[in-house]
Amino acid sequence: MQELLQQVPEIAEIFSDLHPPFEAPMAVIESNRCLNCFDAPCTGACPTHIDVPKFIKKIASGNLRGAALGILDANVLASSCARVCPVEVLCEGACVMHGLNERPIEIGRLQRFAMDDFDLHGGKLPQRSDENRPEKIACIGAGPASLAAAAELKQQGFQVTVFDKRPLPGGLNTYGVAEYKLPLVDSLREIELIRELGVEFRFGVEIGDETSLAELEAEFDMIFIGVGLGAVHRLNIPGSSLPGVVEALQFIEDYKTGKTPEIAGNVVVVGAGNTAIDAAIAAKRLGAKEVSILYRRTREHISAFDFEYRQALQEGIRFIWLTQPMAVHGSADGIISVECVRVEIAVDGSLKPIEGSGFHLDCGMVIPAIGQAPMLELLAQCRNVDLEHGRVVVDRATGQTTNPKYFAGGDCVNGGREVVDAVADGKRAGVTIARLLEAAYV
Amino acid sequence: MSKYSVKPDLFIDFAGIRSPNPFWLASAPPTNTGEQIMRAFDVGWGGAVWKTMGAQVTNTASRYSSTNWNGQRMMGFSNIELISDRPLDVNLREMAEVKKHYPKQALIASLMVESTREAWHTIVEQAEDAGADGLELNFGCPHGMNERGMGSAVGQVPEYTEMITGWVKERARTPVIVKLTPNISDIRVVAQAAKRGGADALAAINTINSITGIDLDTLVPRPNVDGRSSHGGYSGPAVKPIALNMVQQVMSDPEATLPISGIGGIATWKDAAEFTLLGAGTVQVCTAVMHNGYRIVEDMIDGLENWMYEKGFQSMEDFRGLSLPKMTEWKDLNLNYKIVAQIDEAKCIGCGLCYTACWDGAHQCIHVDRVSGAVDGPVEFHAKPAEIEAISRKSIAVTPIPKLDGVKDEVRGSYTTPLARVPRVDETECVGCNLCSLVCPVDECITMVEVQTDLPAETWEERSSECLMKESC
Repeated sequence: MQELLQQVPEIAEIFSDLHPPFEAPMAVIESNRCLNCFDAPCTGACPTHIDVPKFIKKIASGNLRGAALGILDANVLASSCARVCPVEVLCEGACVMHGLNERPIEIGRLQRFAMDDFDLHGGKLPQRSDENRPEKIACIGAGPASLAAAAELKQQGFQVTVFDKRPLPGGLNTYGVAEYKLPLVDSLREIELIRELGVEFRFGVEIGDETSLAELEAEFDMIFIGVGLGAVHRLNIPGSSLPGVVEALQFIEDYKTGKTPEIAGNVVVVGAGNTAIDAAIAAKRLGAKEVSILYRRTREHISAFDFEYRQALQEGIRFIWLTQPMAVHGSADGIISVECVRVEIAVDGSLKPIEGSGFHLDCGMVIPAIGQAPMLELLAQCRNVDLEHGRVVVDRATGQTTNPKYFAGGDCVNGGREVVDAVADGKRAGVTIARLLEAAYV
Repeated sequence: MSKYSVKPDLFIDFAGIRSPNPFWLASAPPTNTGEQIMRAFDVGWGGAVWKTMGAQVTNTASRYSSTNWNGQRMMGFSNIELISDRPLDVNLREMAEVKKHYPKQALIASLMVESTREAWHTIVEQAEDAGADGLELNFGCPHGMNERGMGSAVGQVPEYTEMITGWVKERARTPVIVKLTPNISDIRVVAQAAKRGGADALAAINTINSITGIDLDTLVPRPNVDGRSSHGGYSGPAVKPIALNMVQQVMSDPEATLPISGIGGIATWKDAAEFTLLGAGTVQVCTAVMHNGYRIVEDMIDGLENWMYEKGFQSMEDFRGLSLPKMTEWKDLNLNYKIVAQIDEAKCIGCGLCYTACWDGAHQCIHVDRVSGAVDGPVEFHAKPAEIEAISRKSIAVTPIPKLDGVKDEVRGSYTTPLARVPRVDETECVGCNLCSLVCPVDECITMVEVQTDLPAETWEERSSECLMKESC
């Protein structure tokens, strides 16, 4: 993992920060703009309830270490959340400055300022307890939810092992976040702090069948499920298995790990969610001539955040509304075009292809980005863990599933939200597990 | 609109010193040389007090330090610079040249020499021969010079102040201004002494003894002169309230009052108007110029004229001292005057600063209960701030995802604060202290509204004498 902690210079240049870090005097000025609200709406809007005014006032006073430790106390993935959080709909969206027709306090950038300083000075995650507890907890999946649960439990002295089928930890935080928001190396650096706490990681381990789950149950006192979502939805049209059709998350993983260093020709992205936009912008920055996003409805219906959509426009991404792909044309050597048809939205909201509206979009790459399916194969194996619509049913305040030995959090519970939601889930579960084990111990 | 249609006139006759406007540069680095003063006059300064001439000095490096506040630089400023370190003959020659080129502007010589009659007689003659329109006696410099029996060492002893003022008056042909030090328990005592000594005018205040801070790495206080520091003279916006009070004290004392040049934290026309309203005839500025340059005077002149135009004042004398009768002793304030705070829910942005201020710094009568149900009464009736925050911390918040939640992210353009976040004032408990309205970041959101009590005005003086008579309280 250590060798991966160096970012490829070319990639770093192409994917320079979307929101560059603060210079120190500017961070102080921005901190001083914060009104220090009572029962602050930003804190309330944050899924991990970071005490925002508290850390901002610490930046203002020059107590950067205190600021970072305060943030980490609520959110162990504070560095990455500072960069990947959709702050416009969370803390900054709730800022009272909107009421004065002023820019909200730049909470995300201030948090990053505190966390960058913490990293620069070699800051370590603090232990919450000196005790070394014998109880063992397994976390399935090494994404943000599991990491948050694992860190909380390890900080309280428990024995924690995190399993993941991939070679690197972090889940989508490592493999799936646009590089201009969070470079892969920074995700790994952050997780290194959790490993240094003493959390054990076992990579390349696929937990999935009954045997492996039974073994886990035998070895561990509690099990946390943080497996995220499963396979991506496939583009079920002719030609969708041709090489050159690369699913969005795979595409993002490939360029982040250096497997797709550049792109030539046109790219068509299918779907208009946040991942579609991440993929489209990346394709453009990697050299694609023209990048088009196909979407079967209109702008009002896209699931991407508004600021993501505007970012895409700024980067020169073309949106083609009311259009559906019908077939991908090409050969085993590559693809040539996507055949599309225009659709119209009927009164009842259903889509109707417009006859004779077919056309071809020339392109060398098609990136479907139409969502992920739940991880049903695995989840179905967990005994007495109830699912609903493919999601694990939990008590929201504790993360406990219908099987008291199992806890769950993150995308497999909430259906696919943000890193910060997963961290909040994991933290709540970690706190609860610790409390229950504590109670049982006495 | 104004009562008058003519442009207000800022002309000042200050104890016989004529000046096109009340804005003078104080004796300080901005008036160190003739070249500087001429540039200052070019952009509009009405007068300048030449950096103090007299005794021989050597200055240190460094000389200045400052206090920053909430990211703003130089809220307060401190210096350990002494008087002019240029040769006296150079200063006098340049002074004559400035006066020749700028006959209309007031040019004042600030003086400080050893405490002998002969030394003072000599310097007075030299300054007046060079063309000074007036003399300012520096009895206020709080650092360095006082260790040698000059500056504030004189200004802190009424007898010395009276004696030396008397010596100067024996020889002076131009008006004599005595500059007072604030580093004394009652500035009126020295002002009275200056008046007895024959001073024509006063200037107040000089800088305040200070240590601006300490470098927390080296542990050396500021400013650092080769690893050591020395107390400096504090100035800038931070000292204005102290200066205003001292000017008012002098101007309200018949035994002390003289034409006074107001000094201390003046940076804008509003500051100048305030000093004038408390009786100042001119104002002197230093720190604001050291921060932002001579051109700040442009808005000082323009802003003051516009304000006078709106208020219907044609000359400085029209409003000079108008606020003095509105200052009284505390015992003469009306104890039956009652006001309460009111929060305009349409303007409130929901920051809760008033709530925190009232709970922690005032009388626990602002509550966040517009939705949950208003409860009036003492503190025991209400949830504590920490309890309210704890509820928020326990809530489950998630990122709104349109695909999952079926709603697009909310557009905040037409923001209105949820009523649940708008605090409410319990008027039965409110003491009318103003604190909430002071901390509120929104203009006119919290107003203090008079409550009719049906009681006649009554002062402490009246109430306590009544008590004495009735022997009832």
